[in-house]
Amino acid sequence: MADVAGYRRPPRGTQPEYLHPPYASTRKRAPTQPLVLLPHTLSEVTGPLFGDDHVRVEDGDLTRQHDGEPLGERIIVGGQVLDENGRPVPQTLVEIWQCNAAGRYRHKNDAHDAPLDPNFSGAGRVLTDKDGRYRFVTIKPGAYPWRNHQNAWRPAHIHLSLFGRAFVTRLVTQMYFPGDPLLPHDPIFNGTANEKARNRLVADFDWDTTVPEHALGYRFDIVLRGRDATPMEKSR
Amino acid sequence: MSLTATASQTVGPFYRIGMEALYVADLAPAAAPADKIAIAGRVIDGEGNPVNDAVLEIWQANAVGKYAHPDDAQTKPLTPGFIGFGRVPTGDDGMFRFTTIKPGSVPGPRHMPQAPHLAVAIFMRGLLLHLVTRIYFPGEAQNADDPILKLVPAGRRHTLIARETAKGLEWNVILQGENETVFFDC
Repeated sequence: MADVAGYRRPPRGTQPEYLHPPYASTRKRAPTQPLVLLPHTLSEVTGPLFGDDHVRVEDGDLTRQHDGEPLGERIIVGGQVLDENGRPVPQTLVEIWQCNAAGRYRHKNDAHDAPLDPNFSGAGRVLTDKDGRYRFVTIKPGAYPWRNHQNAWRPAHIHLSLFGRAFVTRLVTQMYFPGDPLLPHDPIFNGTANEKARNRLVADFDWDTTVPEHALGYRFDIVLRGRDATPMEKSR
Repeated sequence: MSLTATASQTVGPFYRIGMEALYVADLAPAAAPADKIAIAGRVIDGEGNPVNDAVLEIWQANAVGKYAHPDDAQTKPLTPGFIGFGRVPTGDDGMFRFTTIKPGSVPGPRHMPQAPHLAVAIFMRGLLLHLVTRIYFPGEAQNADDPILKLVPAGRRHTLIARETAKGLEWNVILQGENETVFFDC
């Protein structure tokens, strides 16, 4: 059997560095010793695969998880999950979480003085379809203050967590909204040096996702790491 | 077509909302009790304080060194019901704990066998990109020849090897400083 084909390494600047001093929490948590380059072995090119048994219908609609509807602006978020070689990533789990329309998370440690919404939990899970497409219905999250610096506010965002096919394709990211005036001031958004890579974290308003008389739609395509194109020796 | 992967962002302090549904602290519920290993430890930041808002994910092979994944072409048996995935948060004291079975050896670079290990991904507020590390097992003869451990400076290898205690194995994550855990560029 040939060595396993590894995954591509990110071009410089397209992923954040661990130490990003404007984001204060990185200072005491980022590694200070050099990382050790890990060749991709069977342990890295495999990973957990989750199927339909992990997702219920209501997990994809965050506005239908309680007796009443949550307050706020109903939106639809959808897109396609591709790998770096342009291939769709089918049947992969997408976990999402977010605050409510007032900017408050349903979490004991969120001390922001904004109301909880009894009809909104802020958690969802969907699987991509055979073409790598995903879609969920939610409400637009609010901005909220945090204590990173004087008068610090997070731009509205939705957290997304994806697995892909391998341990090394694991991705946790955040989706932002177009035109948000807080984006240039957010040290988390700006933790990725490459401007093009950073701006891909901003969803596009999308007429095709928008449902008449119902909800605005946003398109957020996601790219997971892809296999290195270097050909493998054939096993014999 | 050539694309570039989407940038990573922090899980933030409220990841529990979205990640709790998939918490798995017992990776091998069907295993014989005698085969089970308890692994616990703390996550400690650069000021020596416990990190109470981290979440760890584990990925491992079964007892014979086979991954529950179609890209593992080895002719070894799968274990019915065993996925090899775990996800555990840290508590107020920075502690995490999980139970599993010791994986078998899996092939490494140039087909050299790897010593039994768990792949670990660590997420928390303050990490824009998750950390990748490994847990190896104490007293394991194969550790001396493990092709990945050999890539690690000798003086730092101990940070990847769990310690035997009366309650099971202990393995800590030291984010910064003298005994900083080895993290991989993966």
